[in-house]
Amino acid sequence: MSGILNSSIGRKFAMALSALFLMIFVLQHFVINLFSVLSPDTFNEISHFMGTFWVVQYVIQPILIIGVIFHFVMGFVLEIKNKKANGVKYAKNNGAANSTWMSRNMIWSGGFILAFLIIHFIDFWIPEINTKYIVGDMSGMHNGEFRYFHELQEKFVPIWRVALYIVGFVFLALHLLHGFDSAFQSTGANNKYTKGLQGFGKAYAILVPLGFIFIALFHHFTH
Amino acid sequence: MNLTLKIWRQKDSKAKGQMVDYKVTEISEHMSFLEMMDVLNEQLVNSGEEPVAFDHDCREGICGMCSMYINGEAHGPDRGITTCQLHMRMFNDGDTITIEPFRAAAFPVIKDLVVDRMAFERIQQAGGYISVNTSGNTQDANNIPISKHAADEAMDAATCIGCGACVATCKNSSAMLFVGAKVSQYALLPQGQVEAADRVKNMVAQMDLEGFGNCTNTGACEVECPKGISLESIARMNREYLSATLKG
Repeated sequence: MSGILNSSIGRKFAMALSALFLMIFVLQHFVINLFSVLSPDTFNEISHFMGTFWVVQYVIQPILIIGVIFHFVMGFVLEIKNKKANGVKYAKNNGAANSTWMSRNMIWSGGFILAFLIIHFIDFWIPEINTKYIVGDMSGMHNGEFRYFHELQEKFVPIWRVALYIVGFVFLALHLLHGFDSAFQSTGANNKYTKGLQGFGKAYAILVPLGFIFIALFHHFTH
Repeated sequence: MNLTLKIWRQKDSKAKGQMVDYKVTEISEHMSFLEMMDVLNEQLVNSGEEPVAFDHDCREGICGMCSMYINGEAHGPDRGITTCQLHMRMFNDGDTITIEPFRAAAFPVIKDLVVDRMAFERIQQAGGYISVNTSGNTQDANNIPISKHAADEAMDAATCIGCGACVATCKNSSAMLFVGAKVSQYALLPQGQVEAADRVKNMVAQMDLEGFGNCTNTGACEVECPKGISLESIARMNREYLSATLKG
């Protein structure tokens, strides 16, 4: 087993596993966010639980951060290696004849998602870490009630931020339209279930980012 | 039909190449692409110029020698064919056709449109075989029962002619469709089981050593493969490799 990450297939496999983990995370993030539309009280309770339960904070959160960093770093490493394997560039290359734009531009959609994630961290994650671990306020309360829902609403007041989030989620959709199937193929899963899985992957890649966009717009127009 | 050809000319492996324009006239739409290249070369020889070097052998789509990246696609715009099977009726009178060698760091240009594809040979030598005692007491292969389904799938993989179109068309210059086909060909048959783990590990190690890129599952190789080798071959190779590596 030693040196599996030194092989092309091992690196693909690791990339796929981190992708599958991140897709599960994105889905649970979406479900929790959806509660901000359906039931603000439930959203507050889940947010408080996720923000204070030690397993989430000290076990799952570090794994998630490592997963995100690994996926991006490995993505860039593979891109550099692949460029090196190319040799001289073609004078004329008709990539659209045999592959989708999404599959050929994962590095670009991934790069935009990274930029979006940095903004997202500055918007939500860093203030949250500051309140809980720098200021030391673990109560989750503000003026006698849970602060999470109101903080979320406040963030989506400026239209420029909503627009930025929409662009970020469009790139996430483009990335997932290829990435979902690709992750399964890289793990060696190509069988009689593949066609069904591809359909599910397309639905996931479109509906989840669309749902995030809907939530951002909902809070912008209802606050 | 009258055509303008933009062709990559490179004197030898060390020289710096460039695209050069040529005109060919009265090309029949019934000609194959290689026959059109023959017409051009006759024209060049008659005018005292160096003919364009290009690979070709059987000219019936079996040997995998004829390469060429035509108008941005390996083996040109048609599907399920090699360049020798590409007909000039795929083009129109007055067209400009761009012709380049297969590009990949692992496929260095030898001259003009001829590239060195020995990397594929070395990958094959690393494990693309079964060890059979040929002392005269070789067991008849028909004595080993094989299901029709497995035999068909193995045959599909075995149709890979090692032309290199998969590498040439891949944006990462990955050779995984080729290696996947060769691994699958044996992995699906009982005769291939004995050396299965070593085979996949050694072939993948050689593939990486040759400097081919990493597959990102764009599927371009499957589309451009003249023999229709499926991405399932790559998935099977991934399974074989991961299983062999994790077991040690």
